[in-house]
Formats: sequence, C-alpha cells, structure tokens
Amino acid sequence: MQEVELLQMRHINKVFPGVKALSDVDFTLRKGEIHALMGENGAGKSTLIKILTGVYGMDGGEITVEGMNVSIHSPQDAQNKGISTVYQEITLCPNLTVAENMFIGRGEGALVFHRDNENRANEILKKLGIPARASQQLGSCSLAVQQMVAIARAVDMECKVLILDEPTSSLDDKEVNMLFDLMRDLKKQGVGIIFVTHFLEQVYEVCDRITVLRNGELVGEYLTEELPQVELVAKMIGKELDELSNLGETEEKKVENKEIFYEAESLSSNEAMPFDFCIHKGEVNGFTGLLGSGRSESVRAIFGADKVNGGNVKIKGEDVKITKPIDAMKHGIGYLAEDRKRDGIIAELSVRENIILALQVMKGFFKPISRSEAEAFADEYIKVLNIKTASRETPVGSLSGGNQQKVILARWLLTHPDYLILDEPTRGIDVGTKLEIQKLVLKLAEDGVSVTFISSEVEEMLRTCSRLIVMRDRHIVGELTGSDLNQAQVMKTIAGGEAVNEG
Amino acid sequence: MKDNFRRFFKGGLGQLTIPIIAILFLVGFNLVRDPSFFSIEITQNNNGNMVLAGNLISIINGASELAVLAMGMTLVTAACGGQDISVGAAAAIAGSAFVKILKVSPNITGVTVAAAFLFACVVAMIFGAFNGTLVSVFKIQPMIATLILYTCGRSIAYWINGGATPTVSSPIITAIGGFIPGIPVPTPVLIVITVAIIFVLVFHFTSLELFTQSVGINGSAARLNGINSTFIKLLSFIILGLCVAVAGTIGVSRLGLINHETLLLDIEMDAILAVAIGGNNLGGGKFKISGSIIGAYVIQMLTITLYAMKVPSTDVKAYKAIVIILLVVIGSPVIKSKFQKTVSRVKSNKQRVSMKGAE
Amino acid sequence: MRNNRDFRREPLTDTQLLMTITIFIFVAMYLLAMAFLRGGFLHAQQIFDMLNDNASLIIVSCGLTIVMIGGGIDISVGAVTSLVVMSCIIYLNNGGNIFVSVLLALGIGVAFGLVHGFLVSYLEIQPFIVTLAGMFFARGFTTILSVNPQKIDHEGFAKLRDVKIEIPWLGYVAKNGNRVPARIELGVVIAFVCVLLILVLLKYFKLGRNFYAMGGNQQSALMLGINVKRTRFISYVLSGLLSGVSGFVFMMHTGAGNATNAAGMEMNAIASSIIGGTLLTGGVGNVVGTLFGTLTLTTIKKIVVSSGLNDPWWQSITTGGMLCFFILLQSVVLARRAKKRS
Repeated sequence: MQEVELLQMRHINKVFPGVKALSDVDFTLRKGEIHALMGENGAGKSTLIKILTGVYGMDGGEITVEGMNVSIHSPQDAQNKGISTVYQEITLCPNLTVAENMFIGRGEGALVFHRDNENRANEILKKLGIPARASQQLGSCSLAVQQMVAIARAVDMECKVLILDEPTSSLDDKEVNMLFDLMRDLKKQGVGIIFVTHFLEQVYEVCDRITVLRNGELVGEYLTEELPQVELVAKMIGKELDELSNLGETEEKKVENKEIFYEAESLSSNEAMPFDFCIHKGEVNGFTGLLGSGRSESVRAIFGADKVNGGNVKIKGEDVKITKPIDAMKHGIGYLAEDRKRDGIIAELSVRENIILALQVMKGFFKPISRSEAEAFADEYIKVLNIKTASRETPVGSLSGGNQQKVILARWLLTHPDYLILDEPTRGIDVGTKLEIQKLVLKLAEDGVSVTFISSEVEEMLRTCSRLIVMRDRHIVGELTGSDLNQAQVMKTIAGGEAVNEG
Repeated sequence: MKDNFRRFFKGGLGQLTIPIIAILFLVGFNLVRDPSFFSIEITQNNNGNMVLAGNLISIINGASELAVLAMGMTLVTAACGGQDISVGAAAAIAGSAFVKILKVSPNITGVTVAAAFLFACVVAMIFGAFNGTLVSVFKIQPMIATLILYTCGRSIAYWINGGATPTVSSPIITAIGGFIPGIPVPTPVLIVITVAIIFVLVFHFTSLELFTQSVGINGSAARLNGINSTFIKLLSFIILGLCVAVAGTIGVSRLGLINHETLLLDIEMDAILAVAIGGNNLGGGKFKISGSIIGAYVIQMLTITLYAMKVPSTDVKAYKAIVIILLVVIGSPVIKSKFQKTVSRVKSNKQRVSMKGAE
Repeated sequence: MRNNRDFRREPLTDTQLLMTITIFIFVAMYLLAMAFLRGGFLHAQQIFDMLNDNASLIIVSCGLTIVMIGGGIDISVGAVTSLVVMSCIIYLNNGGNIFVSVLLALGIGVAFGLVHGFLVSYLEIQPFIVTLAGMFFARGFTTILSVNPQKIDHEGFAKLRDVKIEIPWLGYVAKNGNRVPARIELGVVIAFVCVLLILVLLKYFKLGRNFYAMGGNQQSALMLGINVKRTRFISYVLSGLLSGVSGFVFMMHTGAGNATNAAGMEMNAIASSIIGGTLLTGGVGNVVGTLFGTLTLTTIKKIVVSSGLNDPWWQSITTGGMLCFFILLQSVVLARRAKKRS
C-alpha cells in the first residue's frame, strides 16, 4: 500500500464574524486514496474545502502538498498546485461550449486553440462516456451532464488532489456508478480524492478513509472498514443513536380511511405528465423515484408552482381550480420547495419577515401583520422549532442550512395548512435536524394535517410515510402500502422489475 | 416608543451612515467656508408674500423634484434590481399633458388644475405601465427597457403640444411652483412632505414593503409563496409613474411653461445617484426610502455649495463627480470591511490593554 | 444521418443567433429601402457616408460591448470622447504635435478606464455609479477646458483629416455629369481595424473568452480559475482606450470641438450593442453584431429622413420603436430557446 502523504492540513483555524468555523483541524490525504470528509451541516466541511481551494484565507495553520509548504491564495492558485474541485452547484459557464468550459482558465499562453481543445474534449468525453459534444453550448445540456463535464475538467487537469463536494446530489444511480468507476480509476493513478457527501452508503462503497468533523472541530480519522455505519453517524451527530431507532420502531402505520382531503384526476402541468392522486386527512404519503422521475414535478403541479394545463382537482369533495401558488395556499396547501436557496429563503430579510411571509400573502396586500404580532409569531416558532438564530431580526441567509429549513417550515406552519407538501425537506441538513423534521411530520399527521413527503433517502420515507407513490420516467408506476413498505419492494418498483397494479 | 427609537438607530443607521456623513460633511465644510451660507431670512417676493429665503431654502426647495423621483426610483430599484432611466423624458411627457389640459380649458381654476394634474398622472402611469410591462412580463432589464422611452420620450412630449413651448400663467400655477400666499415655505417642499407621508402610510397600511423586498431579493421564492411578482414589479413602475407626474407638475409650475427639451433634463442620473447615495443596493432587495430622500438633498446641497463657491454651472458636474466618487469609495464594501477589521483590531487591542491593566 | 451525432451541425449559440437576426434584419431593411426609397440608397456612398459619420460611434460601441459581455456597463464613453476631442483640439491649436496628440487621446481614455476599472473591480462599486461619475467628470471637465466651440487650426492635422480613400468604380455619376468616386474617411478604416482586433481578441484570446465566462456566471468564472477582478479591470481599460480612439476619430471627422460633442453617444452606443445582440446581463454578444447594430440604427434614421419626415423628432421616435422591436424580439427568442431546452 502506498502510504505517501499527499496533502497535509495542520492546525487550521478560521473565524467568521461571530463564529469560529474551524478550530485546530487536521486533515491528511494520502496518495491513491478516496477519503470521505463527513460531518453535519455547519461542521466545517465546506469551510475546510474552501480554504483548501483558496476561496477563503485561513486565520491560522499550515498546508503542505507533497511535503512542501504552500499557501493558496485563489482558486487558480489551487489549480496550479494540482488541487481541483467539483462543487455541488455547477460552477461552469452555461453560455460557453462544453470544450471551453473544460479548458478555460487553464494553461499558459494568451491564445485559445478551439479546434485542438474540441478534439481533446471529445476524446475525454468519449473516454468517460459523457453524452455531450465538445462544441455544444453547455447551457443546452442537462444538469447531470453539466456536472459530469465539471468532473471531466477536473480529471483532465491531471490533478494530484481531486475534491468532490457533494457531486452526486444531482446524479441518478447509473451516473453515480459511472462516477464511482471514474474515481476508482483515478485512485489507481495515484490521485488523492476528497469526497464529501451526505449519502452514507456511498461512503462505504468507495471510500478508504473517513475524517469526521463536528462543530468546527476534528473528531477523528478512521479506516472505513473499521468504522461501522452506526458509529459513524454517532460520531457525526455526537449523540447516541437511540432516537434514530426509536423513531423507526413506531412503525405501526395506521391506514385509517378518513375522509379524502385532496383529489386530482389527470392533473398535468408544463413539467408534469398527467397523473391521478389523492390524499386523506391526516395521512403521510410519499412520492419516490429516481431524480428526474417526475416526483418533484408532480407535487409542484399540485401546488400550482408550474403552469397547470389540465386535470380536475377536488378539495374535500368540491371542485376547485389551482393554477398558481396563491390558489393552493388559499385552499390550505403549503409547499416547501426542493431548492431551499433558490425557492425558499429570502436571504437578506430577517427571520421574522421570512416566517410571516406566507401568512401575510394569504391575508392579503392591504392587511399587513403588525410588527408586534409578527414578533410574537416569530418568537413562538423560533421556540417551537428550536431555530438557532442570534435574534429574530437576523438575516435568514446567515443561518445554517438546517435552521434555514426550519424557518421555512415555520413559515408554512404559521399558515396552519390542511395539507403540507415537503419536497426534500431534509436534503443537505444535519442528521439531528433531519430527525426533528421527521418527528414533526408525524406529529402534524397526528393533528390531522395531510403531508406529502419527498426524500432521496428511501429509509427516511419508509419511516414516515404510510403510503408510497413510486414514479418512473414521469409516470406513476406503483403505489405501496402496508406490508409492501420495505426497501426491497420500493427498489423493485422503482427499477420496474415487476408489473405493479396501478390504482 | 423607546424600543422604536433604538430599533431605528440600530437597524437604520447602518444604511444611512454614508448619506448622513455626507450631509454633515457638507454642512461642516460650509460652516468653515462661510457661515452666512446658512442664513435664512424672510423677504417679500414678487407677489408680495412674506417668504423664507436663503441657501438652505433653495437647497430644500430645489431638490423637490429629485426627492420625489428618488422615492419612486427606490421602489423600482428594490423590486426590479434595475433603474428607470426614462424618468426625465417621462416627466416631460407628463408636464406636456398637464399643460395641454390647461391650454384647452378657457380659464384656469382650481378644478382645471386638478383635472390637468389627474390627466398628467394617468398619462405618466400609462408610460410607467409600459416600462413595467416590458420589465415584468417580458423580463427585460429595466435599464434596457426604459432606454426606449429615454430615446423617444421627449419627442412624444414635443408631439403632445405640437412642437410649441406654451406658457401658462395663473396664480394657482405660481402657487404650486412657488409659494402659497400666507405660507412662507415653498410649496414644492410641502409637496415632497406630502408624498413622503403618503409613502409612509402606504407602507403602514399595505404589505408593499415586504412584498417588494421579497420580489427583489428572491423572485422565485416570492412566487412560490404566492406573491405575484409580475404585479409587484408593474406596481413599482406605476408608482414611479405617479412620482414622475408630481415631479413634472412641479417642474412646469416653477417656470410657468413646458419646455420638452429641457424640463428635468438629466434628472434620471441624479435620481439613481440619490438612491445609491442613500445606501440602497442598485441590484435590488432591501431598501430605505429615507436614504434616497437624504441622498437627493445631498446632491442638491452639493450643487448649491458649488454655486455659492462661484463655480460656473457648466463645470459643476466635474466637482460633483469627484464628491460622488469619494462617497461611493467610502461606502464601498471593500473599504467598509477593511474599516471594520481595523476597528475590531483596535477594540481587541484596547480590551487586551484593559485586561492587562486589571491584572 | 440522424443518428450520427458527431456530424450534426451544432445549433447556433445564443451569441450567434442574436447576431444573425440583426444582420438579417439590417440586410432586409436596406434592400427594402433600395427598392422603395431608391435615391441615395442605390449608391454605395450611402453606406460609406453612414460609416463616415458613425466611425467613432462604432468604436465606442465596441468598447461598450466588451464591458457588457463581461456583465458591466460603461456610460461614460460619450463624455470621454467629448473630453478627448476638446483636449486634443486645444493642444493642437497651441502648436502641438500630431503624434503626441494621438498619445494624449489614448492617454485620457486609458486614464478613465484605469480609474473606472479600479473602482469597479477592486473596490466593488456598482459600475453604473462609477461610470456615471466618470461621465459627469468628463462633461464637466470639457466645459472647464472651454465653454466655447473650438475650431481646429493645425496644418498637419488638416492633411491627416483629408486623407480619404477613393474607390472610383463604386462611385456614381452626379447630375452635372462628373463621376464622383466613393469616399471613405480614415476614421472608418480605424474603426474597422478596431472591430477586427476586438473580434480576434474575443474569439481567439484567453482574455476574450474570460470576458464571456465572467459575464456568463461570475462565481463560476472565479471557480474555474479566472482572475475575475483583473479581467473586469481590463474590460474597463479597453473601453476607456477605445473611447480615446473614438475621440480622435470624432475630431478627424468634425475638425471642431464643442462642449456638447457626442451628447447622448453613450445611449446610442448601448442601443447599438443591444440591437447587435449583446445582453446587458452579460456573456452574450459580439462586435460584428455591434457593427451591424450601429448600421441598423443609422439606416433607420436615414430611411426616416428619406421618407420625407424631416423633423428630427421622428428619428428618435422611430429609433425608440426599433429599439423596442429588437428588445422584444430578443426577449422572445431567448425565452423560447430556454423553454425548448428544459
């Protein structure tokens, strides 16, 4: 085994105004290993990576690459020192061609040789099996392909250290496997890979070592085979796992046939194919399927988030028309969007303003909520949901991801919805908050609120939902209840191994 | 009440720091230069009214159109993340419409003036809605969308009055542009105060502020929360249209004539400047109308100070530019963060010193 | 054939699409004018006149296009042009040397570009405000130099100004029977050299591609290892430099300076860039498009005049209408494309 230390970060410190983001963190990457960097949100993973890539400067500590002391001032600097990064958000330019995105910002000389670059890019794309053409405008590729192009770029830079910061969140299983093959390939060539992900299974599939951070501090570095999954989770959240299993045990899912709250018949939108759907009062159901299967698009159609262009909708048995979000809200439907940053928070406004927003919209333009009322609402939900914020006047953008998600939850809870749609409420947030949200969902259902819950983690959905609607290729391909609610059956239905009767 | 005050200074001053510093600087500069700059006297004007006069009055009076436009511009900036560069041209149109009605009616009474003003408002709102539609429905950047009216607005104004520059003489018009008999404060100043109060009332009795900021900061999220962002953007332009009508009416009334070529010429640049000096982000989002109003007075005070220093009116722009650059450099994010770092370093040094002392 | 992806022609990029539309509309408009208005439109000199009169506009528009591709804006270009004209005239009238006056023109332009670039990229001040201040300063300083119009009185310069390229075979026979050759001024040649150089810069130089990357997505450009601050800085310096060139060309065309020279040129330049397919959001645009944008703008004015609507106000109304048409067209075209993709 090569045990050559490729990259060492020693005693890294980083302070943001008011927060100590990293204190005295060490990290070591060896040649030819895949090293998972794990931790809850706010644990300091992204800060550590941004220091390594020169986006942030550090307030203390040292970095050595192959034994040489280095200081990294900018992303370009990092690239030149052999450190490449692929971020979760696509950091390419949609207005340029695929080839240009792979070669821009690199190499010596002042000129660009388009022909050479395109030939070379086509070679690499072919080798990696990426379905894109070098001369294509990047914006015309799907998001997954764009992500792959970003990886192709990093691969081609013959980097020594490759950082993959949650690259799999927009890829489907096939693409993830392709990526893993690629990673193993690179590993053989002696590249050190830092892999950041929220998916534990993926860590155990490809990683050799795991470093765990918590609250800006180093918990430890472990060999993957020596650290069982449960222990890893325990190290990440720093508390015993009883809670996790407890929640799992309350599995007596009552499929009470209460009255139907919402019913749709061949509902379709610009993004979603026609589908039938209904939900009972106090029921938790889930939409599952691979990314791009149409699960998000379907719930968006229910809420009127995309342009609805067909179908009949009944609420409590009465015909209603829902074509835009405000219609849905007036009928007691709330929708927590998949992309928190883009569709959820109003970053520069305060926690208070973010919490009252939906209620204010429902009350109407001419009936503003008074300041004192708003403050009372905000204080109440900050307490109920245990939102960690300096004050209710703090801009919501400065909170951590999990707390931002809670603020948006508070926003919808304040409207006292009859039916709440939660699209990936637990994505990219820490395990502790995940649990809190799952509990909240179950409690809401007990109180008679209907909930639609979507998550990429099937396990999470099995724990919370009493009915799962499975989608594939933008169609509903199955509905699972009762004893069918197990991982194997869900996987089988998603994969389409078995004809499932459709309601 | 006390809480309110604290909130105002705690939350408010951050953004208002630069404009207030600018005002204080200008005041200080003038005090050193010539304290008589601030003298206010009561004189008799041409119409025999006792009125206030002096540099301060001409600053506050002269900035009226600018202040009104800056208020509307703030709203458009916040909602759309861009600026309307056609306000000067639109004001010329509104002014022409105002004069058109006055010219049509046989004699000018309070009713005809009111009717003319209403007509000017409607016309300005229609043009505001035109800009607003391009921005909100067709998703064109405000500056580009309003470039159209900027290019041809004054030609439309020309066309309304058949190419002439008609004059209107009436005591009512003189009163609007100058002084109401018995009141020593210039009427435009009173109009600005009225408009400002209307804005405060609108913010208090509607959710305009919250909705505008939401749309400006994150349009997609605002939409998913049921806010009709198209409408909010359109509304901001229509409100700006009203401000344009008011500014146009003041402008026409001051001179008693409409000159479509020169009425409020280049005021769009000053209005945008006022918004920026007021600490508002020209990229949209959070805003403070009070900042923009102060910004308007900063600009006017600067101009009058330069006049008082015998700088020829044609050269004023050059000096204005220097002061603007100084202001925005002080207010720039880079300088701010450097300044904050220095302050915190000094503070922590002090702490260390005091701690050492305690030991 | 259909399955063979590698040989399929790529669909046009946004930049190419918008530029193609502009060129197509310009050609169609000009052909229609030739068919229906005849007169001057049938002579090649008509196009040359348009170029002669607008050489400096073409040059500043190109500079502005660079800044706009990078996602910025420079509204000082007209005022800087005017300041350059006035400074050079005063220098030349006081017995200056032509070569030095060229350096003076470029120097003033670059100086403005340096200051703008520094304030925008390194102090992160909004470009609109910075260049607005630049515009105020340049206009104000022009009047400080001279409020009165200045006529140039310099022998060497007169020679330079009168350099014209004559192309006999493109000329026409005037009413008195003399053959008048087509005339192109030196300024047009300079303008075309500028267009060509910038075209090459934008297409084949890393710097040029960096402008596009920066305008397309600034954050990404940073992550891709582009020095965004320096790139933005250079874009403003280039724009300043071209304003300097434009000033000299303007002076060669008019031979006189006036405080209101090139008034409103910045907005004409923005209009040219937009009609040429540059988006103010950045990342999309091309100087060839801008060249045709300027020509389209000028042709409209010529058509209005030839149609007998001599009133100058008609020009601005039709210009406004044309601008409206192009802006809406681009908005619709790009929106339809975005829809198709998703």
